[in-house]
Amino acid sequence: MENNVLIQMEDVNRTYKVGETQVRALREFSHSIQKGELLAIMGPSGSGKSTLMNIIGCLDKPTSGKYFLEGQEVPKLNKNQLARIRNKKIGFVFQNFNLLARTTALENTELPLLYSDIPAKKTRELALKALAQVGLEGRELHKTNQLSGGEMQRVAIARALVNNPSLLLADEPTGNLDTKTGNEIMAVVEKLNRENNITVILVTHDPEVAEIARKTIFLRDGLIEKVQVNGE
Amino acid sequence: MNIARTVKVSLRALSRNKMRSFLTALGIIIGVGAVIAMVSIGQGARLEVEVRFESMGTNLLFVRPGSRSYMGRSGGGGSYTNLTEADANAILENCDAVKFISPNVNGRAQVIYQNKNWNTSIYGVGEKYPEIRNWDVETGSFFTESQIRSAQKVAVLGSEVSQNLFEGADPIGQVIRVNKIPFRVLGVLESKGESGGFFNRDDMIAIPYTTAQKRLLGIDHIQSIDVSAVSAPRTDEAMRQIEEALRIRHKIAPGAEDDFNVRDMSDIAESASEATQILTILLGGIASISLLVGGIGIMNIMLVSVTERIREIGIRMSVGAREKDILLQFLTEAIVLSVLGGFLGIVLGIGSSRLISHFANMKTLVSIGAIALAFLFSGSVGIFFGFYPARKASKLDPIEALRYE
Repeated sequence: MENNVLIQMEDVNRTYKVGETQVRALREFSHSIQKGELLAIMGPSGSGKSTLMNIIGCLDKPTSGKYFLEGQEVPKLNKNQLARIRNKKIGFVFQNFNLLARTTALENTELPLLYSDIPAKKTRELALKALAQVGLEGRELHKTNQLSGGEMQRVAIARALVNNPSLLLADEPTGNLDTKTGNEIMAVVEKLNRENNITVILVTHDPEVAEIARKTIFLRDGLIEKVQVNGE
Repeated sequence: MNIARTVKVSLRALSRNKMRSFLTALGIIIGVGAVIAMVSIGQGARLEVEVRFESMGTNLLFVRPGSRSYMGRSGGGGSYTNLTEADANAILENCDAVKFISPNVNGRAQVIYQNKNWNTSIYGVGEKYPEIRNWDVETGSFFTESQIRSAQKVAVLGSEVSQNLFEGADPIGQVIRVNKIPFRVLGVLESKGESGGFFNRDDMIAIPYTTAQKRLLGIDHIQSIDVSAVSAPRTDEAMRQIEEALRIRHKIAPGAEDDFNVRDMSDIAESASEATQILTILLGGIASISLLVGGIGIMNIMLVSVTERIREIGIRMSVGAREKDILLQFLTEAIVLSVLGGFLGIVLGIGSSRLISHFANMKTLVSIGAIALAFLFSGSVGIFFGFYPARKASKLDPIEALRYE
């Protein structure tokens, strides 16, 4: 395996049991993702995007197949080890922000650090740095209900990158934002990818959002429909 | 995540919902408060009983005749008539742990002064009776040894009798008639107050036991002997010496049963304080139920809280919280609630027991033991009732939790 491969997936299947019927949400998915890539995953609802995200994000395990993240075989890890990987290597950004209510931007950003072994003295410093990176200086002590949608998503991004992860997973990050704010958020994400060399995987159904990606995977019924390399 | 962080996270979560946190803890506050207040009432009653018995003298011993059985029919305790003045004197002479003795005979009689009369207990006692019973003469004097030896017709009144016959007038030097026999009043004993129930210790007259034997009862044995030991720690020693002396005097063969009983005050005090102990347990038990209900309240709210915060749990899991971290957070929240509730409950308990003793005129005693127990109990209530909701929270699936609306 080459050294700059971040994710290597081979014949990954994910099957759910809904009542008596088996639902094959993801079928024979094989792909590898390089470090520093900005990848978009597109597809209609029910195409397996979320399932793929959950597996890549170590929230879920494949039913069969192999998944290596930085050379580590994820399906063989236990729950605690998965939690550790989510903490160290992965940052999530969600469509609905998923911030803690009635909590300041700073406390939200600090959250992943509370579950790491970083000493308490450093957590504040790191959180302030991450908030500055997403352009939220001066708003650190605002509570989530005092922030706009765009600002909340910036807090979510700050929280995702505070632990210096190798992978940023963004699930419809602009879905709840207007076009202008959405573009600003995408600019932040793009800049993080370009300047900090963070690998970004974007899940979206908005072709405009997917445009900033250098490669787009189209999913349909749990299968790869096509892989499109942009700008070529 | 270390303990300090867990506590910090829990405190943050609780402070986000101050009102609900307070209401949750209220059950524990009231429960702990009630336990402490109730136990303090029981302990107060116990202390009062102990003080009363102490006022009778802790180094007090009683010698009574044993039970006599005739042809298999037992006459019950005190049915022997084999205790004599000589026995009493032998105890005083031969037992060096004994300080005072008072031979006693008792009866009841109608007492008359002018146009008033009163039926009361007549105590025929020795001259050391006030010292033994820790019972001072309020006015006048007690009778002397020589008055006893010559069986003079003198009397010392209990305050109740004095009040009933003389109605505040000075009784000293007056002559009262006890069963028509004239007695000169020497003094009045200080009031001891009712000892609980209908028994009034001030409703009595003390006269020389010799006079009581000859004039009132027509007997020459004595019914009991009050003994005071040299000191409280030496009462056991005194008891042994009395038994030895009386066995020799009564010529009881080794191995044969005593024909007398020696009891000390602590036996009697013990049974009385046992009764108040039962009261304490009863009150504490009832109050514990409210503590238990408080605990169930915590569990209830924690379960609601887990459901309400499923999304939060999902977020925490997605950023790397392990099952253990979530479990500890929710458990800590429950413990923090119940421990803080416990603290406030202690304050409430102490406060209300003060109020009870102030307004209800009841003696209360807040013991460290009761506080420690209530506090420990409230802490374990937190752990016990917090565990189930916390476990439920930790077992959530992060994907489901994040999607939960």
